[in-house]
Amino acid sequence: MAFDLKEWYNEKLEGEVVLNFNGSITPDLITEALGTIEKSLNLKNEKNKIRKKVYNVFVECLQNLYHHVDKPPADLDLVQNHNFGVIILSKDGSFYRISTGNFVDKSKISVIKDRIDQVNSLTDKEIRMLYLDIMSNGEFSDKGGGGLGMLDIVRKTGNKLEYYFYKYNDSHIFFSLDVYIS
Amino acid sequence: METIVREGTPKTPYVRFDGEKGVIEIKGRSIPENSIEFYKPLIDWLEEYDGAGKDETAVNVQLEYFNTSSSKCILDIFKKLELLFKKGHKVEVNWYYEEDDEDMFEAGEDYQSIINIPFKMIEMEE
Repeated sequence: MAFDLKEWYNEKLEGEVVLNFNGSITPDLITEALGTIEKSLNLKNEKNKIRKKVYNVFVECLQNLYHHVDKPPADLDLVQNHNFGVIILSKDGSFYRISTGNFVDKSKISVIKDRIDQVNSLTDKEIRMLYLDIMSNGEFSDKGGGGLGMLDIVRKTGNKLEYYFYKYNDSHIFFSLDVYIS
Repeated sequence: METIVREGTPKTPYVRFDGEKGVIEIKGRSIPENSIEFYKPLIDWLEEYDGAGKDETAVNVQLEYFNTSSSKCILDIFKKLELLFKKGHKVEVNWYYEEDDEDMFEAGEDYQSIINIPFKMIEMEE
């Protein structure tokens, strides 16, 4: 069966939703979304430590989207299709969950998969070593990313990344990522 | 040398690079999409700064949180300061973190493990 974006979206809206957005991921949107979650009562009542962790990981997830999304399929009826991405922050029991979704070209699947599988396979100590190594290399991608996003998310949350690739058509794949903060 | 002062914004920290007083301050949050654009002028400033006429240079870093691309730029700042220190100038970094903020504490430890300059970890009460 073909991938149904609405269905995916509805599934991710489980729990107490603090913020959900689908549309163009722009610098202004990121500022605005962060402002919105800072006002959330759920988060205001959290310990400083958790609150900052959620803000930090939330920004990293959004900036990952900002730097890496590909064009959505042309036949999909989207209000904002430029730099299209989805982000949902919700409180799910004792966890905060950040779900992101975006379209990527089929050719990128293996790079993303290898990266996440690698990060997920490392121990805390190995994650720190790799983080320090990449931080010291001083390299930035053309889009201004530092290659540390996924590592940082796993390091800060202490949880593995959960991801799934849904085939939309022969060239477009929907990349779904769930991050849990406890 | 010209003093650089920048007020904080929702995505960039308050910054004061004061050559007269030998004080460098970075406070707030640092989460710009384009970190290089923000930090390049500061790194260029440090390139020219030689601590002339000062006994020491105090570096106060009090960040709420920062994104990964800022983490690389902050390292570049420390690398410039390390060069200054290696030339015999006294440099001290004061790294502030809130008492239960283990992420910011660990970030300080990360820099300390890469950079060879005196690093003081200062815990702040919430």
